[in-house]
Amino acid sequence: MYRFISLATMLLLFSSCFKSYEGKINIDGSSTVYPLTEAVSEEFRDIRPQIRVTVGVSGTGGGFKKFLRSETDISNASRPISKSEIELSKQNNIGFIEIPVSYDGLAVVISPNNTFVDYLTVEELHKMWAPESQQKITRWNQIRPEWPDAPLNLYGAGTSSGTYDYFTEAINGKAKASRGDYTASEDDNVLVQGVSTDVNGLAYFGLAYYTENKDKLKLVPIKVDEDSEAIYPTDETVRTGAYQPLARPEFIYINVKSAEIPYVQDYVKFYLENAAALAEEIGSVALPSEVYKLSYERFKNKKTGSIFENTSIVGANLLNLLHEDAQ
Amino acid sequence: MAKSSIKSEKFIELLMIACSLISVLTTLGIILVLSIDTIKFFAEVSFFSFITDTQWTPLFADKHFGILPLLTGTILTTIIATIVAVPVGISIAVYLNEYASKKFTAAVKPILEILAAIPTVVYGFFALQFVTPLLQTFIPSLSGFNALSPGIVMGIMIIPYITSLSEDALRAVPKSLREASYGLGANKLQTAFKVMVPAASSGIIVSIILAISRALGETMIVAIAAGQQPNLTLNPLKSVETITTYIVQVSMGDVPQDSLEYRTIFAAGITLFAFTFILNNISFWIQKKYQNRYD
Repeated sequence: MYRFISLATMLLLFSSCFKSYEGKINIDGSSTVYPLTEAVSEEFRDIRPQIRVTVGVSGTGGGFKKFLRSETDISNASRPISKSEIELSKQNNIGFIEIPVSYDGLAVVISPNNTFVDYLTVEELHKMWAPESQQKITRWNQIRPEWPDAPLNLYGAGTSSGTYDYFTEAINGKAKASRGDYTASEDDNVLVQGVSTDVNGLAYFGLAYYTENKDKLKLVPIKVDEDSEAIYPTDETVRTGAYQPLARPEFIYINVKSAEIPYVQDYVKFYLENAAALAEEIGSVALPSEVYKLSYERFKNKKTGSIFENTSIVGANLLNLLHEDAQ
Repeated sequence: MAKSSIKSEKFIELLMIACSLISVLTTLGIILVLSIDTIKFFAEVSFFSFITDTQWTPLFADKHFGILPLLTGTILTTIIATIVAVPVGISIAVYLNEYASKKFTAAVKPILEILAAIPTVVYGFFALQFVTPLLQTFIPSLSGFNALSPGIVMGIMIIPYITSLSEDALRAVPKSLREASYGLGANKLQTAFKVMVPAASSGIIVSIILAISRALGETMIVAIAAGQQPNLTLNPLKSVETITTYIVQVSMGDVPQDSLEYRTIFAAGITLFAFTFILNNISFWIQKKYQNRYD
């Protein structure tokens, strides 16, 4: 009898390990969108524990690569899908629905022990990061003569991250054009670790990672040109577009075939209903509520394709674009 | 009965041959795989620029394929590790063999070998989160990622390799040598370092070389704590990137397979392989040449 009871308990214990799920949603992609998608997924797991949602981080480019091989249902992206990726989706016959989920500012940060940087202009940032600067601009006083003659140690996004694509497009005028002699990593925590311990360091990454590590970093305000006001990235300045040119929308892309599945539909609905509140919670910036509404319409109508196929993302107004697109 | 035992004997022999072939074939397979992509790589990039260019930026707009920054990063961290590990490792071996009681040796040796069993990712975070901040209190100009801290930690990691093999070598020195040394009036210290260590030198050198090739190929510690910036420098206070870190970086990212960027990791890999291969052969040669001197 005892044996039976212990056997039964063991079976009971094991069965919870091998729980069978009713459905599975695979998500991968940008490390910048990850905190939001993961927050949404956690909440979703609470109300629908029988659906298994997994969220990976392999950078926007890496995520799209899997997405376009139909390995994932949803792809996180911190930039719109590129021309070559759209091309590939046509070749592989994969339809996708594009949905903006939040805004993010790219934060330019330095070590709290750095006392001389008061602000940076876009032109100075360009001088720091331009491909031509490789091995040439290596000291702070080359950026502004009154700054000290100290080494300029740069930390930035790795080449497969959407942050890299966006930053290079906004600052250097061309996506993927950057100098190569800096510490490059897809993992934003590596960059936080690097710049927070380096007095002569400067890094850029998503604002959410700054918010998480506020006490270890110092934010640099950005001037569009020498005469304009220096603007810090905040919820307000990112949402209103005052923080230029380093504010950008973030997206999720949904495979049209997966969008037929009822629990994926529930997930996307849940995502758009809760994105605004959760974005605030994790330090990202929520979109205007009308954008979420229009996006959900888009999803329900299974409208495929990208609204940025022929429009540049830098300085784009989402609401206008979505309205135009709806007509 | 006799027949079947011969048969089973044959079977076991074949099985053993198969097992040893697995390791040989694996090595050959690795060389083959590395070579194919390396040859394709050198069809596009000249070997001369590979070994002379001072920049390594294959993933960026302005592409340079100079292995030197990665190589100096690898060698720099390895040299630091060797500087830490050799004196400490040999001193421990001498102490355990010449001074310590048998009981003490029996207790300490397994504990020492635990050092080799710690996962290297743990060492990596130990270097990044503990050793680097500690060093920064003495050396304020030390950057957050640097060659010094992972080098020191890597040195600690390879101590057991040196101690263990050196101790075996010291123990293999015939007793008569030590007794003769005492007989001539030498003290303990003189006997240990003037007689025993030179007598065991071949074994000790082999242990050092094996430890060095272990350090050359170490990945996790340097990937976590040394940074990811290919930097042609011998300054241990700066951030460097080693060959192994670069390979990790590319394989984790989304570099398309069968592209030039992807092949760079094979060219880098074969460079590393060549170094460890040469080192292992030197140690093999030393071992063979000096092995039986005291028999």
